[in-house]
Amino acid sequence: MNSDSKPAGRLLKAPENFLDPSGVRQVFAEAKAGRRSFIRNAFAAASGAVAAPMAWAQANPLAGAGDGDPNILQLPEHSKGLGQPVATDGYGRPSKYEANVQRRQSPGLTQTTQASVSFAPLQSLFGIVTPSGLHFERHHQGWWDVDPSKHRLMVNESEPGLLKRPMVFTMDELMRLPCVSRFHFIECGANTGMEWGNVAVPTVQYSHGMLSCSEFTGVPLRIVLDLAGVDYKRARFVLAEGADGSSMTRTIPMEMVENGEVLLAYGQNGEMLRPENGYPLRLVVPGVQGVSWVKYLRRIEVGDKPYGAKDEAVHYIDLMPGGLHRQYTSIQECKSVITTPSGGQVLLDKGFYNISGLAWSGRGKVRRVDVSVDGGRNWRQARLEGSVMSKCLTRFNIDWVWDGRPTLVQSRATDESGYVQPSYGQLRTVRGTRSIYHNHAIQTWLVQENGEVKNVQLS
Amino acid sequence: MSSSPKWIRALLGLGLSSALLAAQAQTKGLEISGLGRTATPKEIAAWDIDVRPDFKGLPKGAGSVAKGQEVWEGKCAHCHGIFGESGEVFSPLVGGTTPEDIKTGRVARLNDASFPGRTTLMKVPTVSTLWDYINRAMPWTQPKSLSTEEVYAVTAFLLNLGGIVPDEFVLTDGNMPEVQARMPNRNGMSLDHHLWPGRQLTSGKAADTSNKACMKDCPVETRVASDLPEHARNAHGNLAEQNRAVGSQHGADTSKPAGAAPAAAAPAAPTRAAGSGKPAAPMALLNKNSCTACHGMDSKLVGPSFKDIAKKYQEKADAVSYLTGKILRGGSGVWGAIPMPAQTLSEADAGVLAEWLKQGAPRP
Repeated sequence: MNSDSKPAGRLLKAPENFLDPSGVRQVFAEAKAGRRSFIRNAFAAASGAVAAPMAWAQANPLAGAGDGDPNILQLPEHSKGLGQPVATDGYGRPSKYEANVQRRQSPGLTQTTQASVSFAPLQSLFGIVTPSGLHFERHHQGWWDVDPSKHRLMVNESEPGLLKRPMVFTMDELMRLPCVSRFHFIECGANTGMEWGNVAVPTVQYSHGMLSCSEFTGVPLRIVLDLAGVDYKRARFVLAEGADGSSMTRTIPMEMVENGEVLLAYGQNGEMLRPENGYPLRLVVPGVQGVSWVKYLRRIEVGDKPYGAKDEAVHYIDLMPGGLHRQYTSIQECKSVITTPSGGQVLLDKGFYNISGLAWSGRGKVRRVDVSVDGGRNWRQARLEGSVMSKCLTRFNIDWVWDGRPTLVQSRATDESGYVQPSYGQLRTVRGTRSIYHNHAIQTWLVQENGEVKNVQLS
Repeated sequence: MSSSPKWIRALLGLGLSSALLAAQAQTKGLEISGLGRTATPKEIAAWDIDVRPDFKGLPKGAGSVAKGQEVWEGKCAHCHGIFGESGEVFSPLVGGTTPEDIKTGRVARLNDASFPGRTTLMKVPTVSTLWDYINRAMPWTQPKSLSTEEVYAVTAFLLNLGGIVPDEFVLTDGNMPEVQARMPNRNGMSLDHHLWPGRQLTSGKAADTSNKACMKDCPVETRVASDLPEHARNAHGNLAEQNRAVGSQHGADTSKPAGAAPAAAAPAAPTRAAGSGKPAAPMALLNKNSCTACHGMDSKLVGPSFKDIAKKYQEKADAVSYLTGKILRGGSGVWGAIPMPAQTLSEADAGVLAEWLKQGAPRP
């Protein structure tokens, strides 16, 4: 193997497969004692790739004086036997080795499990799509698996004259209407809310994991309101209401319905919505906080005034310095976070890494993402992957060589409106530290000398 | 159809080309008909339950503080506390407001950063919101089960706990605007922001911050002002088990002190073998009857954990009949002040749960 021909950015196997546990311990202990380069050189010599660039030499070493890697020399079972048949599982599941990739509750955040949150494991996800089974959850009164043949959507009015006729639709009927499929992020308004005052959680799963992204399929709400003959001059607000115990209600501005953005969605990532995400019908309100994406949607009311619902008058209101609460704050502003390396992870050694993360904006497309590895003094522009879509997660990547010293890594997104993600200092100057909602500040991770990554805030 | 002459002309080449017509159909869409039907008045009455801040949607009715107290103690206090003060299950509802706040319409303690938590009455500006939410979502495990009178009464009691209405008050649809004028935080809301995606309603014209995308030699904050204390290292569980077992970074073994030699990354633990797929009867009953809303398997929530109950009664000879009775009729005083309400499941089902508790509340 010629190390000169290695493409940049390729990630290589970590060395632990070649060392027994005590060997790994020794490597880390020696590295901690300042002898990292000695160990690295030893590995480099063993693998015959002397003075190789970046991490190549030490990332896949051949330990000891053996003939080679036993994983190569001794053919594994799966190379020598018959595998499993098709349709062993009518609905396939992730590898059993992926068991660590789970959505999780944050201990102590809520006292009950039905009025609670589970966070998506952003640290383990690739690209922009959240696998439906890992989508974050927020329930106010528990989730249900609703029989779609009995589910109905009603459209009515707050007072006579706002529409020509109140209507009722079955799922069969809704699914016959013209539909669209669009990728959008959904973020809870309280995402990163635990971090307003200080660092409170260890990993990106808990700091940013009330965030997911799916391809949603559904009917533009506009089509259904047109059928009901809505008077758009007078009906400037829409109430969305769920069918579950909490029968969540939220006010949506008619402007978003009129421009065709708001969807009555039944599809998610090629299949129906998951029960935890509102099966069989939920509202999709792109760019707006998740609480407005009402699940188990049973009713749409058009009205001439906002509704002051519980989640517009008790919760999802932002406490400002001076003691006023902002009401009807809805848009999720431009934000980004590095998902690897991120809090609670360990870098296995010095050398080359791919910094990867997510950026999004409730005001449209992400225009660019910059990354700093020196605490914000200097920035480099990251690569945006794939086609960048409006009000959708955007994956960014950038090369990085870790020199083994403590390093502060940050990402900073700019959206198509020109708005640049703020620092904690800038955000707190206006919003204080008790807002709970709408924290979109730049996140800092500290890569410590021992390779362990910590969640930190600077001032 | 009335449009057929056009189509015929198109086919004859006398009017628009058929291709253009088809394109128009593509962009304009065909007429949608026969989908959806008119909702009946009774259907609308059954579902249209929202009440707006201008009281549109509020059904006529009345309820007294005294009646509200009765309902409260039977159906609400076990989660919210006798005085609405409990923060054990949900955020406290009552507390933190003063007679002065009722005069000004601004809750002074919202300016006091040292005041722990924010109660509902410190925040809610509109009495309609309380009525609407109690009516649609409470009690938590039996939403939409209260009568209109009970909703008025519970709302009145809650307002009374906050000193907003007197003890002998009867809340009605008629006097609700007067009560609204006494809400402690009625003037505490701001619409001066740029975070509403419509043109009406809010007044803010610009975003709160205007960061610049500086690229080189930028001003920086250099001090690490906040990080997780060492004692919280493992508070979210072992992070080694919360990261993929292969990849550019692995999870830190937080079961050990920072900087300790990490364990060798063993092959990822395979997923626990799936169970029989059918939940054991006690588990299904716990879920069906919302027992888990108040009781955890191993840790105290509102009530004691199932394990603690099992431990307490494992030696009691008549544990099964005793616990069956407790489940059916409720009780208080054994585990604390918060009462457990009577439950509506059958005696046979209660017996299954009691038997399961007697056996030590084993997981399936």
